[in-house]
Amino acid sequence: MRRYTPKDDVQKKAYYTDRFWVAPQVPKFDVSDDEVFTADLEAIKAEYEVLEAYIQVEQMVVYIEPEDNFNVLKLMKEQLEYTQLSEMSAIDWLADKGGFEVFYQMLSMNKRKRIRVKCFIEENQAVESVEKLFRSADWSEREMYDMFGIKVNNHPFFKRILMPDDWEGYPLLKTYPLQGDEFASWYEVDKIFGKEARDVIGPEIRDSAAVDRYDTKRFSHLGHEVPYGADISEGEPDASPLPQEEGGVFLIEKFNLEESVVISDRDR
Amino acid sequence: MAQHQVNFTQNGGLPVALTSVDKVVNWGRSNSLWALTYGLACCGIEMMASGASRYDFDRFGTIFRSSPRQADIMIVAGTLTKKHAEFIRRLYDQMTEPKWVISMGSCANTGGMFNTYATVQGVDRVIPVDLYLPGCAPRPETLQYAVMMLQKKIRREKADKSQKPKRLM
Ligand code: SF4
Repeated sequence: MRRYTPKDDVQKKAYYTDRFWVAPQVPKFDVSDDEVFTADLEAIKAEYEVLEAYIQVEQMVVYIEPEDNFNVLKLMKEQLEYTQLSEMSAIDWLADKGGFEVFYQMLSMNKRKRIRVKCFIEENQAVESVEKLFRSADWSEREMYDMFGIKVNNHPFFKRILMPDDWEGYPLLKTYPLQGDEFASWYEVDKIFGKEARDVIGPEIRDSAAVDRYDTKRFSHLGHEVPYGADISEGEPDASPLPQEEGGVFLIEKFNLEESVVISDRDR
Repeated sequence: MAQHQVNFTQNGGLPVALTSVDKVVNWGRSNSLWALTYGLACCGIEMMASGASRYDFDRFGTIFRSSPRQADIMIVAGTLTKKHAEFIRRLYDQMTEPKWVISMGSCANTGGMFNTYATVQGVDRVIPVDLYLPGCAPRPETLQYAVMMLQKKIRREKADKSQKPKRLM
């Protein structure tokens, strides 16, 4: 059974005691532990520079120079039987190292092996598109641009994929606020009504726990209906929660609870 | 949820004295509420279930239409993203007067659990809403109740043209 901890003031306490906790790495092994990977690494090393290579969770991780990315992937696809690019994206290391880590997750169905090819790029450095080798890279590279702002050279149709085309900012950067920056919070208002409508429509309410008992400019309370903006500090008139008026509705049969039937057979 | 300064009740012309002509017209309007299919997320599934055979909204005159030009009410069922906000406004503008909007589910009401950069925090920042339906997702019975409450609201409105169209701004 789980150890008991008192829960009286649990909501007042921070859930994460160390916000900058970094999960420990799973152990890394030498590439020579695996014959297939050793041969693959030799083939890559013979033509291109390899900065670092190790095995982690039964996958080989290879760090290469960013200029070589197209050629290394071409070599792997055509000679080493890594015929699938199952995933690619980037990791934001701007604060720590001043750049991004772009990774390509390769899969070989013949060898039943996976290799992760990684390269480190500086901020504002572009990478070469691998779309000519793998069609899946088409959308992945667009997403990488959309989310991180990493430019990709020689892509056939290079534009944002998820966010609107006129969006400003790259949402997956660590520096991007979760609830959006100034541009994001006024996006729909600016686009539909224009900037001058900001005062009329007002800022977004981002506090999901905001409750004002006497505010009648938002939702009405269940069973009460008051005009917009009326003062209800003295109490409010009741409104019938029934969907039909007391005296019945013109030409409409009145719903009668006594005469209605509750179906007990669920399969009917 | 928008904190806008628009007085919907005044624009709608309430309170009013209804004539028998109003009653007949409102009877017609309130009992053939053709809804625009506007399923945006998981709430859309409940809205589809409401239209399908078990709950069968067609029985009550609420027939789902795929064109805004044939629809009287827009049931905004689901999460409105900022990318989509412009299109919901365009479709709303294409609907003919008189028109009503039901905001279905927490996401459409307030942005719901998606307190993020990409979600509009309540559809009423973009279009005027007549009825907010809470729930995540509201069951078909609840949507039926909402439609009936909207019918009740329509029955109180004046039918002539002096009723000003609702405007968010
Ligand atoms: S309110 Fe809930 S069910 Fe409805 S769209 Fe939002 S998350 Fe989905």
